[in-house]
Amino acid sequence: MSLVFAGVCSHAPGIVGRKDRADPVLRDGLYAAYDRMRLAMEAARPDALVVIAAEHFANFFMNNMPAICMGMGEHYEGPIEDEAWLGIKRTRVPGDPQLSRALIEEVMTDIDLAYAQEWKFDHGISVPLHFLTPRYDLPIVPVNINCQGPPLIPLKRCYEFGRALRRACAAHPKRIAVVGTGGISHWPATPDSGRINEAWDREFLDKFIGNRRTELLAYKDEQTWREAGQGGFEIRTFIAVAGAAEGYTGEVWFYAPIPIFAVGCTIAVMNLGQEVRHEDGQGGEPAR
Amino acid sequence: MSLYAVQKLIYQLNRDSRVREQLAHDFDGLLAQYELTEEERIAIRDPDIGLLYVMGVNGQLLMHYAALRGFEWDAYIEAMREGERRHGPVRTGLYTSAGSRS
Repeated sequence: MSLVFAGVCSHAPGIVGRKDRADPVLRDGLYAAYDRMRLAMEAARPDALVVIAAEHFANFFMNNMPAICMGMGEHYEGPIEDEAWLGIKRTRVPGDPQLSRALIEEVMTDIDLAYAQEWKFDHGISVPLHFLTPRYDLPIVPVNINCQGPPLIPLKRCYEFGRALRRACAAHPKRIAVVGTGGISHWPATPDSGRINEAWDREFLDKFIGNRRTELLAYKDEQTWREAGQGGFEIRTFIAVAGAAEGYTGEVWFYAPIPIFAVGCTIAVMNLGQEVRHEDGQGGEPAR
Repeated sequence: MSLYAVQKLIYQLNRDSRVREQLAHDFDGLLAQYELTEEERIAIRDPDIGLLYVMGVNGQLLMHYAALRGFEWDAYIEAMREGERRHGPVRTGLYTSAGSRS
């Protein structure tokens, strides 16, 4: 089968935890866009969802920090955050260890990565799932790209990871959705929380939905840090999705800076086109 | 190396309820397990969220420690600002002035 859905969304903890403090028009627009994304993903009938997240020290610390790690658990638990603070109840989320292992083995032919059979979700995954799989009934394969504790993996390796993941999905009989989650420009958890560089965000999103690889990979961390904050390092998750959707372009379904959420809130989906079904009914790569 | 220990303690507090229980019942015993300077020990114990921020503790760790210690969102942001006023610019890490505050 193959990759049947690819998109990106924001994951900021304030999106649910501080929802009552946002401009209601913007908040409701964002929530509607999450719902549109959920419906589009459901229409693609995925058997599992790979969430490419920027973990925030829920599982990994500087004693042993993987550049990229994929989950291989029977199930996962999250969020680790206080339930009232995040606005999301702690729950158990199903995994698919057989699928995880198959994907990991295939990705490993191109990209070195770590795996983890134990994994606790933080807001980076729990916020997207709150909107996209609210019944927590779709098996999840979590991915973490270290975007917090330098040294960080180069952007080109994130793109290559996405490409390898796409190939791994194509080699597996299940239908797989991929969602990348991260901020674009933002200065979360600092006195500058709420600062957002909208022009930078819009330029990046334009390159992302155009899947302009060379331009996406031209970003330098030092410049991103100055212009888009340390939160801008999370573009790695978007770039991995661009790699997974190489050859396809997308659309931004929602973008608005919402300062109390501390990020330019984003929903964007790659248009993978009509699935090509083979005579054996197993399907194939999305049509080009 | 000491900032590493501060962050590791907060990391373990954030993800392990047993460590949080020890904080509630045997804070000094918990702190004794980590190689901390006196300034760090006091900043964690008080807590002085602003000083921890200035020391360079990653916000994705500190945000949750502030919540654990009862800081509402606005109070947490203000504590970091107050930390900069009292203790000067962030000393090391991702939040030094050449980055986030330029």
